[in-house]
Amino acid sequence: MSMLSLTLIVLVIGAAYFWISQRTVVAMRATGQHRLHSLPHYYGLWTASVATLPALILMLLIAIGQSLLFKSWVQEFYPPELVGQDSFNEAIVLAKVMNVVAGIDFGTPEPWVTAAGEAWIRWSATGNTLMVATVLSISVVGGFFAYRKISPEFRSRNAVERILLWMLGFSSTVAIITTIGIVLSVLFESIRFFRLVPFDEFVFGLTWNPQFEGAERAGSGQMGLATYGMVPLFAGTILISIVALVVAVPVGLFSAIYLAEYASQTVRSVVKPLLEILAGVPTVVYGFFAALTVAPIVKMAGESIGLTVASESALAAGLVMGVMIIPFVSSLSDDVINAVPQSLRDAAYGLGSTKSECVRQVILPAALPGIVAAVILAVSRAIGETMIVVMAAGLAANLSFNPLDAVTTVTSQIVTILVGDQEFESAKTLSAFALALILIIITLGLNFFALQIVKKYREQYD
Amino acid sequence: MTDTAMTTTAVAETRMEDRLLPEKTIGQVHVEHPRMTARAVDVHYGAKKAIDAVTLDIGERQVISFIGPSGCGKSTFLRCLNRMNDTIDICKVSGEIAIDGHDIYDPSVDVVSLRARVGMVFQKPNPFPKSIYDNIAYGPRIHGLATNKVELDQIVETSLRRAGLWDEVKDRLDQPGTGLSGGQQQRLCIARAVAVSPEVILMDEPCSALDPIATAKVEELIHELRAEYTIVIVTHSMQQAARVSDRTAYFHLGKLVEVGETKQVFTNPVHELTQDYITGRFG
Repeated sequence: MSMLSLTLIVLVIGAAYFWISQRTVVAMRATGQHRLHSLPHYYGLWTASVATLPALILMLLIAIGQSLLFKSWVQEFYPPELVGQDSFNEAIVLAKVMNVVAGIDFGTPEPWVTAAGEAWIRWSATGNTLMVATVLSISVVGGFFAYRKISPEFRSRNAVERILLWMLGFSSTVAIITTIGIVLSVLFESIRFFRLVPFDEFVFGLTWNPQFEGAERAGSGQMGLATYGMVPLFAGTILISIVALVVAVPVGLFSAIYLAEYASQTVRSVVKPLLEILAGVPTVVYGFFAALTVAPIVKMAGESIGLTVASESALAAGLVMGVMIIPFVSSLSDDVINAVPQSLRDAAYGLGSTKSECVRQVILPAALPGIVAAVILAVSRAIGETMIVVMAAGLAANLSFNPLDAVTTVTSQIVTILVGDQEFESAKTLSAFALALILIIITLGLNFFALQIVKKYREQYD
Repeated sequence: MTDTAMTTTAVAETRMEDRLLPEKTIGQVHVEHPRMTARAVDVHYGAKKAIDAVTLDIGERQVISFIGPSGCGKSTFLRCLNRMNDTIDICKVSGEIAIDGHDIYDPSVDVVSLRARVGMVFQKPNPFPKSIYDNIAYGPRIHGLATNKVELDQIVETSLRRAGLWDEVKDRLDQPGTGLSGGQQQRLCIARAVAVSPEVILMDEPCSALDPIATAKVEELIHELRAEYTIVIVTHSMQQAARVSDRTAYFHLGKLVEVGETKQVFTNPVHELTQDYITGRFG
């Protein structure tokens, strides 16, 4: 029986318990002797939750546990020379076995593979029967005990509240655990990278050239041609982000001020959604806008005043990225400006301030922490942005602070490294994880910093 | 009281009103030396009439208090006097309001300099999140009242002294104004209004957020300010109106019902509504 149909059956059991419990308490109430503690549907929800939730959780655990267990059992069938291999070969062997299990035919497998596959099929059949039996009995028995507990005095409303609390808590944990999982997976691969390339060479190296990775690093004692210095990449990222901020901060902030303080209700209701459309444009569209439209214009404009401009310049990518993050800055700044109490505006106008005096001297200082937080969030967005720079900024890892040069960024290098078929064990591939690790640390740091500022800001007017 | 209960009372009052509201304001609307004059002022919020044909003089160096039940339009009328209602889009003012004979709603009038002449203190103390010094110096700075630091210091000190706050804050002028107590904050706001040397100060329930001791201090301050400024105060406290004002105006449902010498209004009100309100029969 598949997990899906098992889930459906458990839900049907839950629905049945819901109906029975509700009927039971309604009948109790109808006798007139009892006063129910909670509304009837709470009794139903309580039994239904006890009948379904533990059973479903158990089902997931059993399913995960089974595949782990079978994986260790199946090793019994491996010929001795294959046991204790590293994880990659192990995965290949396991894939062979799984092909047999799934009935996919790639020529004639070795006899031990067929045997392992058949054993796997036997185990999973037994395991499945066991799982169905356990899950269904847990569901029925659990529901029965919950139903037995029902009495007019039973505080089912509070019990349902507790169950809900657990479910909500679980949901938020999922997000946190995922974040931790991402960080850990990147961290472990990065550690493997740092076994191949020294940490200080990576962090302080001034040349990024991963293309000619070969056997040299692995054994012959030579360093090889490939070098992994991340400085040019981060310099490129910072350069493009600065260009982007120079565009986005003034434009975003000024449009936020206009929307919050000057625009009439009608204008606001049109302009604000339009601005937010900018945030909805897919970054790949910005990417070819940057590469095909802005970059040639920048090149032409630069050359007409006698400057040498690379055809894929940091300036072009930065300008477009700046446009992309305008809505972040404007939308968040608009919120913080609106959060400045009306009484402060009244005070300023009551003293005879003009609008711009009020904005400059009262509203902006009061909203400043929030605006700083908005800018920092925009920065971390700019640093992590990939598509525009892949398409518009080029791949040449020049260490340059001239925005007219072609530069490359951390994210676009990660893309180049991991696109296509890659030998996973090489330092080149692993370097992507090390870059990602540093990137995560920087953006997490920036976000944390921004949230701290926002938190401080929130306390100000309460 | 719940919203529903309030609506019900309002409806009941309205019925009573229809019979009782006077055709013309009772008492002396005119004074000998008016600083501001309002003639047949109507205020509409969208389609709703909030102020109905109010005619009133505000005497020079006098304190006039506006009293009346909630929603009677006294604050709305107050905010017309320095055009603070301009910030509300749907608010339309008609009739004539003049200061020293000049119509303040004339298109040629600069609303910024009008508000420098007619200052305002609000219901809730609203110091800027700046230092005490900068709070006071804000107005003089934007209006260019001081040419150098010494003059500015002088203005700050004088204003704080006028507001009776100098001795309490002179050692911590660089600390945030928001760190003061509620009563001190309100006096800071009064000092801030005084600092631009206005001719008229409007006060919108300046003591409603303050405790009795702070209230007493603010009232004392109003008493002293009367020597130099014309003061209009909106209040919910009839005792306060009786204590601080020379004249009292009673508003009801957008109408100015009765106005006169404070003593006369409180001891011998002419109109039934005024009588009922002052004796606490409603409101």
